Amino acid sequence: MAETSDRPATDAVDDVLAGDRVGGPVPGAAADPLVSEPADPGRPRRRRRTMSGKFVAGLVILGLFVLMAAIGPLVAPYDPSNLGPDVLAPPSWQHWLGTTGTGQDVLSQLLVGARQTLIIGVLAGLIATAISTIIGVTGGFVGGIADDLLSLLSNVFLVVPALPLLIVLTGYLPNGGPVAVAAVISLTGWAWGSRVLRAQTLSIRRRDYIEAARVAGEPGWRIIVFEILPHVRAILASSFLFTVLFAILTQVGLAFLGLVDVSQWSWGVMLYWAQSADALNAGAWWWFVPPGLAVALIGTGLALLNFGVDEFINPRLRSNSLRGRAARDSAGGFTPVVRTDPQPSEVQR
Amino acid sequence: MKFLLRRLGFTLITAWAAISINFFLPRLMPGDPVQLMVARLQQQGAVSPNAMQAMQVAFGLDDHTSLIVQYFQYWGQLFRGDLGRSITFYPSSVSEVIGQALPWTLVLVGVSTVISFLLGTVLGAFIGWRRGSWAETILPLSTFLSSVPYFWMGLIVISLFGAKLGWFPLSGGFDQGIDPSWSSDFVSNALYHAVLPAITIVLSSVASWILGMRNMMVTVMDEDYVLVAQAKGLSRLRVLSAYAARNAVLPSIAGFALSISFVVSGSLLVEIVFSYPGIGYSLYQAVNNEDFPLMQGIFLIITFAVLLANLVADVAYVLLDPRTRQDA
Repeated sequence: MAETSDRPATDAVDDVLAGDRVGGPVPGAAADPLVSEPADPGRPRRRRRTMSGKFVAGLVILGLFVLMAAIGPLVAPYDPSNLGPDVLAPPSWQHWLGTTGTGQDVLSQLLVGARQTLIIGVLAGLIATAISTIIGVTGGFVGGIADDLLSLLSNVFLVVPALPLLIVLTGYLPNGGPVAVAAVISLTGWAWGSRVLRAQTLSIRRRDYIEAARVAGEPGWRIIVFEILPHVRAILASSFLFTVLFAILTQVGLAFLGLVDVSQWSWGVMLYWAQSADALNAGAWWWFVPPGLAVALIGTGLALLNFGVDEFINPRLRSNSLRGRAARDSAGGFTPVVRTDPQPSEVQR
Repeated sequence: MKFLLRRLGFTLITAWAAISINFFLPRLMPGDPVQLMVARLQQQGAVSPNAMQAMQVAFGLDDHTSLIVQYFQYWGQLFRGDLGRSITFYPSSVSEVIGQALPWTLVLVGVSTVISFLLGTVLGAFIGWRRGSWAETILPLSTFLSSVPYFWMGLIVISLFGAKLGWFPLSGGFDQGIDPSWSSDFVSNALYHAVLPAITIVLSSVASWILGMRNMMVTVMDEDYVLVAQAKGLSRLRVLSAYAARNAVLPSIAGFALSISFVVSGSLLVEIVFSYPGIGYSLYQAVNNEDFPLMQGIFLIITFAVLLANLVADVAYVLLDPRTRQDA
């Protein structure tokens, strides 16, 4: 975390919370206020290089799930709520993923539930990213007391445990629709992105081109939208992906607790019914394994995509830059990184 | 110690914010959850006038006093440790319910988090040190693990080690036959029951520590001071631990704030899956019974616990990073 090493303890609250996403699935480098040049259109070669295996794999996984959400309800073999004669049947040709305790088809529930799960995730991701952009970038750009207050606000939201707060919130909003659930989730999920964006904004707000825009009399909002945002868009993307993952995991947890409308199929709702019908003790693994696996896979896809973005921001993280011989020769590990093509951003450091 | 004082100040502000959120939430929410709650409470049986009075104050039914006065009355109740009465466990007070459940959660989640942090940091340091080697094959696996919902991992662990292999009990914190006490029988029984939930929490949370540490190791090892340490001829282990890892671990500790609330949220759901007699399970019961006083009390207590854990992490940070002590 370059932020800490650059200016020790000058801003204690910020330093301690300085946005390394250690807790999240994608840790480390994005908070590094090294200014990557992702937005530089004059360097297409670099962009192609970020299409690493991880990035492509993440894209493929997510593509499949998006497809599933799009056409799932159309291709589902049964009505997911339809009660059937085969109760708790293990996977068979009639029911590829078996049936639930009331004879409902698990595969159909999975296919139909994908849409609701993804919609809430993406919606919450969008709202949260919007909030974190407004608060983080504005705070970083404006500075002074406004910045202190805004970053205090995001630090408070970062520390307060999300799930208990969400439970209390959704408890008071019984049977909220997808939009309400997404809004409530984004209320607890914006703080991390805001911190990272603020750190990034701080590091570029004294750049010459920003000063030039200021001197040229550009209004503040215009500088933020046209000068700063394009330069933090890699971080913006990474923060969005992370928030979507957070939102999906959180809504599955909320649905599992029965805090959403449990008549609307989503993966969390499937787990809720599996748990309340004691699928575990009935040995009906086909009931609770698929939805959880789907959540984990979609999370992996998002995380892989995020790695792509991270490695784009911080080229040192690329693990495949040291494949093969180079890796074996450096058995001790302490080898200066292979910099085949030093970019200005790396030299800066 | 300026650093620690600032952190203490931040902790107090956050605690104040959490308490205020707790106060205003039931008053701002649409509908009238408070009326509903009082009606439910009256169904439970005769409510003493005193308890009714306390409820009215706690949830703003007392029309005669202004919001400001209510706010201060609320603070007064808090300082007396009065969080209202639980509807689920009536006539127990919320503080009593939480007091019974809290030790279970503190031990389970506390110990698992420490194990997970140590394990993940050591593994991550090793993988980062051996960048590009076979050790990196663990990265995709940890990516997958870090995306798994905690409670689902619990279901899998139960069905594998509990139901299928029968090695560990399926649920609960101790066997029904044994009375909770400090006897060795009970403690060993409780530990036996804690193994599976602990494994679940460690498995679900360790991945993010591994990934975080690995990424920082990769960055730190390119620093000049690591090269110098190596050039001085120090042993590899010393360079790894005292130079590279020591610096790489700082962000992990600094990011503890975010992680701990993540881990705690996940662990609450794990308790539910295991019917573990901790805070998470109480929260589940509170949700099922629309027991708002208990829900809110649990929210407060968990927030305080997380804040405390963060303060501990801050002290560790000061011990590890001399720069924070400069202006002392």
